[in-house]
Amino acid sequence: MSYQTPLAKARGLGSAKNGTKHWWMQRVTAVALIPLSFWLILFVQQLFHASYPEIKQWLVSPLNFTLLIAWSFVGFYHAALGLQVVIEDYLSPEWLKIVTVWLVKLTFMGAAIAALVFAIRIAISVG
Amino acid sequence: MVEFTLPKNSKVQQGKHFPAATGATRIKRVEVYRWDPDTDENPRIDSYEIDLDQCGAKVLDLIIKIKDEVDSSLTFRRSCREGVCGSCSMNVNGKNTLACIKPIADINGTVKIFPLPHMDVVKDLVADMTHFYAQYSSIKPWIKTQTPAPADSERLQSVEERKQLDGLYECVLCACCSTSCPSYWWNSERYLGPAVLLQAYRWINDSRDENTGERLDELEDPFKLYRCHTIMNCTDTCPKGLNPAKAIGEIKKLLLVRQEG
Repeated sequence: MSYQTPLAKARGLGSAKNGTKHWWMQRVTAVALIPLSFWLILFVQQLFHASYPEIKQWLVSPLNFTLLIAWSFVGFYHAALGLQVVIEDYLSPEWLKIVTVWLVKLTFMGAAIAALVFAIRIAISVG
Repeated sequence: MVEFTLPKNSKVQQGKHFPAATGATRIKRVEVYRWDPDTDENPRIDSYEIDLDQCGAKVLDLIIKIKDEVDSSLTFRRSCREGVCGSCSMNVNGKNTLACIKPIADINGTVKIFPLPHMDVVKDLVADMTHFYAQYSSIKPWIKTQTPAPADSERLQSVEERKQLDGLYECVLCACCSTSCPSYWWNSERYLGPAVLLQAYRWINDSRDENTGERLDELEDPFKLYRCHTIMNCTDTCPKGLNPAKAIGEIKKLLLVRQEG
């Protein structure tokens, strides 16, 4: 039983005063991923044809190394932003939403750090 | 919220059948969703055979004829019968529309009439619009200014400024768009939905209004505004031919310009 007015329910907790950055970064990263993913396809194609030392050599060139890190960071960031939207759309209990979004952010942050660490290890092993 | 188990009274059953009068030649079969809150029964689909030679041209004419001549308990909203009041919004053959401007001739085979999707039903074809109207109130749909109105005239607008309201002022708040939007189905407690956002943009875009910043502040929210994922059902279904998805896109653009521009 509630005597709350419909307007009070509709206004709820008011505006969170954010969301624009999230929405915009989703688009920025999507556009950035187009060229980066074409580069990644070239890289994966190399994997099939070249030997392991050759690939390592190719990978540690400044351009390729930068692009690999860029793809990992931008890709994981984009995935985290996208999954957050899915969670907000389909999970209703507030506590579950908050915990799941937090887990997603943590997981992809971890994945990005791991990607960086492994890329550096490869680079060091070549040097 | 997404519900995988259906609430009580969700299962729709086959209802009564009302055959056409003898001698009818151009018979149209009409199926109508019926639910009465005063009984404990599940909703049912009643079917009626209507002689089109004895009926007007629009879907609203069909249900008015049913109420007048076949079954007076059929409950629906209607008023202007010409698409300017927005009362008779309902789902006709899978698409939300205003029954009064939907030609029967557009429909092949059986005419299937349901209330607006994903709304609480008051009775039969009457959806509960309380929350929808409250959301409309929440965007303060009136002009807000600091500058006092001129003493001897109204607040002026140039022809170009007035043109900016075209495609917005025509909205009759029938809720066809909002109730066709999956984002609104799942999150209508917080998401304002296409109709209310189009109305919000109508005031943001009004050259006489001085409250644009505050209006944008109120909308900048992951749920109120950014639940729109440009699904475009709103624009596809609008019986007035408006483009709520574009209005929402314009709001997002203004928020971006304000922040990044």
